[in-house]
Amino acid sequence: MRIKEYTTVKELTGPLMLVDKVSDVSYEELVEIELSNGERRRGRVLEVTSEAALVQLFERATELGVKGAQIKFLGKGIQLGVSEDILGRVFDGWGRPRDDAPPIIPEERLDIGGRPMNPEARAYPIEFIQTGISAIDGLNTLSRGQKLPIFSGAGLPHIQVAAQIARQARVLAKEEEFGVVFAAMGITFEEANFFVTDFERSGAIEKTTLFLNLADDPVIERISTPRMALTCAEYLAFKKGMHILVILIDMTNYAEALRELSAARREVPGRRGYPGYLYTDLASIYERAGRIKEKEGSITLIPILTMPDDDKTHPIPDLTGYITEGQIILQRNLHQKGIYPPINVLPSLSRLMDEGVGEGKTREDHRELSNQLYAAYAQGMEIRELALVMGEATLSEMDKKYLQFADEFEQEFVSQGENEDRKVEETLDLGWKLLKMIPTPELKRVRDEFIEKYGHRDSKEE
Amino acid sequence: MSKEGQIIKIAGPLVVARGIPRARMFDVVRVGKERLIGEILEIRGDNASIQVYEETGGLKPREPVESTYQPLSVELAPGILGNIYDGIQRPLDLIKAMKGDFISRGIELPAIDHEKEWNFKPRVKEGKEVVAGDVLGVVQETEIVEHRILVPFGIKGKIKKIREGKVKVEDTITVIRTREGKEKEVSMLQRWPVRKMRPYKKQLNPEEPLITGQRVIDTFFPIAKGGTACIPGPFGSGKTVVQHQLSKWVDADIIVFTACGERGNEVADVLREFPKLKDPKTGKSLMQRTILIANTSNMPVAAREASIYTGITLAEYYRDMGYNVALMADSTSRWAEALREMSGRLEEMPGEEGYPAYLPSRLAEFYERAGKIICLGRDERKASLSTIGAVSPPGGDLSEPVVQATLRVVRVFWALVAELAYQRHFPAIHWLRSYSLYLDDLKGYFAREVAADWMDLRRRAMALLQKEDELRETVRLVGLDALSNQDRIAMETARSLREDFLQQFAFHPIDTYTSIKKQYLMLKVVLNYYDECLTALKKGVVLKDLTSLPVREDIAKVKYIPDKEVEREMEKINQKLKAEVSELITKTGGTV
Repeated sequence: MRIKEYTTVKELTGPLMLVDKVSDVSYEELVEIELSNGERRRGRVLEVTSEAALVQLFERATELGVKGAQIKFLGKGIQLGVSEDILGRVFDGWGRPRDDAPPIIPEERLDIGGRPMNPEARAYPIEFIQTGISAIDGLNTLSRGQKLPIFSGAGLPHIQVAAQIARQARVLAKEEEFGVVFAAMGITFEEANFFVTDFERSGAIEKTTLFLNLADDPVIERISTPRMALTCAEYLAFKKGMHILVILIDMTNYAEALRELSAARREVPGRRGYPGYLYTDLASIYERAGRIKEKEGSITLIPILTMPDDDKTHPIPDLTGYITEGQIILQRNLHQKGIYPPINVLPSLSRLMDEGVGEGKTREDHRELSNQLYAAYAQGMEIRELALVMGEATLSEMDKKYLQFADEFEQEFVSQGENEDRKVEETLDLGWKLLKMIPTPELKRVRDEFIEKYGHRDSKEE
Repeated sequence: MSKEGQIIKIAGPLVVARGIPRARMFDVVRVGKERLIGEILEIRGDNASIQVYEETGGLKPREPVESTYQPLSVELAPGILGNIYDGIQRPLDLIKAMKGDFISRGIELPAIDHEKEWNFKPRVKEGKEVVAGDVLGVVQETEIVEHRILVPFGIKGKIKKIREGKVKVEDTITVIRTREGKEKEVSMLQRWPVRKMRPYKKQLNPEEPLITGQRVIDTFFPIAKGGTACIPGPFGSGKTVVQHQLSKWVDADIIVFTACGERGNEVADVLREFPKLKDPKTGKSLMQRTILIANTSNMPVAAREASIYTGITLAEYYRDMGYNVALMADSTSRWAEALREMSGRLEEMPGEEGYPAYLPSRLAEFYERAGKIICLGRDERKASLSTIGAVSPPGGDLSEPVVQATLRVVRVFWALVAELAYQRHFPAIHWLRSYSLYLDDLKGYFAREVAADWMDLRRRAMALLQKEDELRETVRLVGLDALSNQDRIAMETARSLREDFLQQFAFHPIDTYTSIKKQYLMLKVVLNYYDECLTALKKGVVLKDLTSLPVREDIAKVKYIPDKEVEREMEKINQKLKAEVSELITKTGGTV
């Protein structure tokens, strides 16, 4: 590729640079800027006309002026060099080594934008992943190839939950090549370090690739970070046949970087100042999860986002929920009660659960049991609210049973240790044990034969 | 003057080109060396703004742009059914065969197989006078659908020659001599611009319901054949499951399912499920009457904008043959967002929330293409196109522009509510917030085909549900004990209506579809329970005995009784109900 060099910077506004009198520049081409002191920075073509190119800078514009900088158009898009050695390595948000090891020798270079998977080629995710967390395995299962985000809030233990999933996730009765790709966007050093230490402790670090863009790293680089991670994941999954779990944290920081860029471009804003194409942009990240027919590997995606002010209707969680196949919601009042993981199962959802559970996959009673637990907990919560207004004295005997169920469901079923890895059978049995509090005729969502087989009820309790 | 124009600007899916000779609005152009597909949206002097249906990364100024001088069109001929297309009618299976698991750019593919031979059976004889819309002949497109070849629009005259037997879609099947003495050769293949409504003779009032087998819809908020409906709901409220249920079970002849900017895995699910499902009437695979348009959220945004039109044009084509066609669009919000994105890049003045000011008129245009009609042609075929659009309001906020603009044009509103979904009440269509404006048009049909008291039962059931809502308010304030026994029974009956009638489990082999007859019987037994209880209360029976009648468990399980047995079983349940209530009355010393 011929490299074109210019010194004709015309305008600098925020993260944008207009370069004049260019020719033969292509849309989305990568740009290298060499400052007079020899420092190199990077950018990407956002818009190009016959005369000028608008370049988005990935790093600070400090010390950059209209004079003195050499602008090189590199004739290619943003790429990531990949090889099998990529596992066990730490990169920055731009794909440069962050550990002390030398750059990898790439087997090939891949455009990080990726291409959309043909829906015709997609295999529907049906393999149940046991995470060892009851609130997930029992009621909102994760399947291989699924994208299931964690909606959290500032100060909630989403990092611990994500690390626990990464540590414990396994497909029942299978031993397969398994890896983790982790992308951090704008989180703090301590948070990132928590993962690294955790992966080191469990030995998973050798099967993990990390892309870290921390809070003090360039904001605009965050737009590339998840794409770097997913490109790496696609290579490992679909070229090397591995099963990859991708964790993206924190998508809120990502969306804010996108908003910053959009504002600098003076685009017409959509809701809350986010660009109108936020949905499409998020989809171009999330939709890269999946499985392909007749291929070995898979990408399972767990994006984590902090809901501003715990508001689920904020554009970031809202649009995410429309793209992903469900969501796991962490709730502040459960956390304050000391329940870990503070998963509120009621608004949480896994859209792929119906295919992932049942006979031959988990257990025949799984679907109905989970419906029953949901229904009973929902009713318990409603009564809890009622009791707040009217006082517990007004509750009927049945109401009290539901109330007690809701309490114990939170304390025993949802709550578990950070290192507690429950088998799915244990989770289901625990559910049945709690249902003993509810009289049999109330159990409308489970078949009688299941109540008999798994319920372990003695007639005295009825 | 050169044959081609030149790119002068690239910004995302919008490309500006200079010097395209004889550029016209909405003509399809080929952009760049890779010949990406685009459409002209705006012309200013010598410059044309083009929306490109494929990713534009790597394009450069000065690359060529060539016009095809055709508006964006679809190919219409036998071979469409059972296919899965992207937003501009390129078959995804062929793209996969050609380019592998990921979609690349600049692919040119015919929408239908031009080499396949069909067995054409003429329906007109040589010498006959024909007008546009007359059936020239038929081919058996799939085992369950007969494809009728019509005289194309604008042609009128006498059949000079007509073929029979093996033909390919491009072969001439007939020669028609027009009045002016010209001879027109007609093949099975036609093209039609997607943004233009296909003509018909006359629009009719809808009077027949589109039966869906979903109780809350058919009984409470029915849609007519030729009607329009929308399903707005926040994420997780089960919008997609409802859409899938409808495409599986509606009693239409042809289904067009447009996945517009939605999840890839959902399309994979449809592709996996539909071939396995059997058409209840014929026992053949449902795919044989289905067309899928899939432009998932990560596929190019401009093609998403076009996908809705591609879908409805294919639907109209089958309607014109005399079929009842149902179109599902999931989701029109993603289409509106695509519109917004293109509008933003064209630097148009934005309306509400950044959507272009013409959003409501575009939506109205789209829904107005639905209807019950008399087709062109001499045989006065009746046909219908029903349109059901999902809307994905941000944050579940129904006051946002897409929902509001949609509600102004559609006549049925199925309100999906997240709280119901949390309670695992599915389908989460709220009985008090939804409405159907077709009730008056359809009551004749229900009285004639199901039962004379259908509307009456429906009205009583709605009144009970309404009453429950008011009573709940009272209970919240002063407690359950403050209610009269009559009101307590009303509450119990309403609960039974919700749990035993409105809730329907899409994944249960029997409950997934309920015939209209069974819906009637189910509703009737619940209301019978109410009537019996009221009588019993008057005769002194205590409330607790009535709420704990053993027959209630039978009522709760009616939904799982197969259609064939339902009448007999229902007879038994009604008798059991009577017997149990009589016994209670006798016990309290009253007379039955």
